[in-house]
Amino acid sequence: MIEARGIVVARGPRRLLDGVSLALAPGELAALAGPNGAGKSTLLGVLAALARPDSGAVTLGGEPLDALPRQVRARRIAWLEQGARAAWGMTVREVAALGRLPHGDADRAAIDAALDACALAALAERRIDTLSGGEARRAMLARVLATGAEVLLLDEPAADLDPAQAFALMRLLRREAEAGRAVLAVLHDLALAGLFADRIILISEGRIVADAPPRAVLTDAAAGTVFGVRFGTDDLPRVLP
Amino acid sequence: MTRALAVLTVSLGLLSLLVGQAGVGIVDGTILWSLRAPRTLLAAAIGGALGLTGAVLQGLLRNRLADPGLLGVTGGASLGAVLAYYYGLAARLPLALPAGGLAGAGLAAAAILLVAGRTGTGAALVLAGIAIASLTGAAVAVALSFAPNPFALAEITVWLLGSLEDRGWAEVALALPAVAAGAVLLLGLGRRLDALSLGERSALSLGVDVAATVRRAALGSALAVGASASVAGGVGFVGLIVPNLLRGRVGERPGALLAPSLFGGASLVLAADIAVRLVPLQQELRLGVVTALIGAPMLLSLVAGGGERP
Repeated sequence: MIEARGIVVARGPRRLLDGVSLALAPGELAALAGPNGAGKSTLLGVLAALARPDSGAVTLGGEPLDALPRQVRARRIAWLEQGARAAWGMTVREVAALGRLPHGDADRAAIDAALDACALAALAERRIDTLSGGEARRAMLARVLATGAEVLLLDEPAADLDPAQAFALMRLLRREAEAGRAVLAVLHDLALAGLFADRIILISEGRIVADAPPRAVLTDAAAGTVFGVRFGTDDLPRVLP
Repeated sequence: MTRALAVLTVSLGLLSLLVGQAGVGIVDGTILWSLRAPRTLLAAAIGGALGLTGAVLQGLLRNRLADPGLLGVTGGASLGAVLAYYYGLAARLPLALPAGGLAGAGLAAAAILLVAGRTGTGAALVLAGIAIASLTGAAVAVALSFAPNPFALAEITVWLLGSLEDRGWAEVALALPAVAAGAVLLLGLGRRLDALSLGERSALSLGVDVAATVRRAALGSALAVGASASVAGGVGFVGLIVPNLLRGRVGERPGALLAPSLFGGASLVLAADIAVRLVPLQQELRLGVVTALIGAPMLLSLVAGGGERP
């Protein structure tokens, strides 16, 4: 269980996060949604202990995050950067193996399992810079999974994926949640969030304005107000997994 | 690959012992021991330092154009040595030149570490290095403009081009410990550089202390490159080219490039120093000139052959 209480992150006079509290239990897949600049990535960074909040605290299994040694933290919380890419043409296996760094090992079984989960076994020896965008994104995800962390924090893992790839990704995250991990993913595609997430955490101007199952959040009153959109109920075809 | 390059380094080292103006072959124990042995050792150490530092800096900055010269430590060494010339210390004390170089490199390194230690990012490290390099470059230019006499001007210019001519055991004793210490610091950075290929924040999320990594890379590079430049002058291009030549063969993972770049750099400088001695000219060709003459066509053919993605 990862829990944040009263998180405030200020930059100058502006509050990027203004008293954010949330908890994520093992087995949950939650979507973090909100307009650009709402504070989603900042919140993920605080949960991953990459940035220290100005006030408030994050606990992991009841222990304050700052009290954990950095290696232990890295073993228990895995973070996927928005638009993550590798600077060098490493092989897919080499990239996935980086996920074992916090453990200081090269556990082949864990790496193979992560590659399998991301349908990359056949591409394991390919250089990552020769892959398609979707394949490269999966390789980055395999790196995150290889750690075997109990908390997965993913910043826009579905960006630029075509619908089939996005559905495959969400099914994968669903399976990871069912295996007992707590998964929090920033998603811009509200339909995708609605189809797969247990709950949607809606954030706007640094505050959480809704945290509930999709049916309660994807309404004109909640997400509609935040994004300045309306939710239609006409009979246009919808994409389904 | 590392093993093959190590064998190449040792072979070139043996060849270097056998080659010189006194002819090819074991001519005389004194020449072998007091001239060729220290020269060979220095060539290998300096080449290894430059190749390894180049590989570390390229990995740290995620940029294949990074070069040890970017750190400004070479510039600091040049300035220190030039000042030793300028004030006539070099004429009175034979070791004043490398000692001046070492002092200059140390000052430049201290300045860079101060900045890099405060911000802890690779970008800040290089920006600070470039600033120091420009500053020392300007100071060297001033020294050249006001050189006391044409002879001093020629000496300084020649020194700046890099050479191992007439270097002996004193220079080995001065440079080798620092190079070795720097190399040990740098060789241990492999996995951290691998993690940094995902970016500094991702590395942080993998439990890597990025600021400490930058400091250690800066200290190791400064020791290795500063000591090298203080005894050999400016030997350019090795740190840039060696990792780029090897990437196609050993793969692009930064940690996998460190040991091969060490031996690759040692081999390149040994080969260049052998070539310097074999080309029959009245004055020896400068080492820095020859490494560029050998390295540039290799790099060009690599780029032209498409083996190198920009």
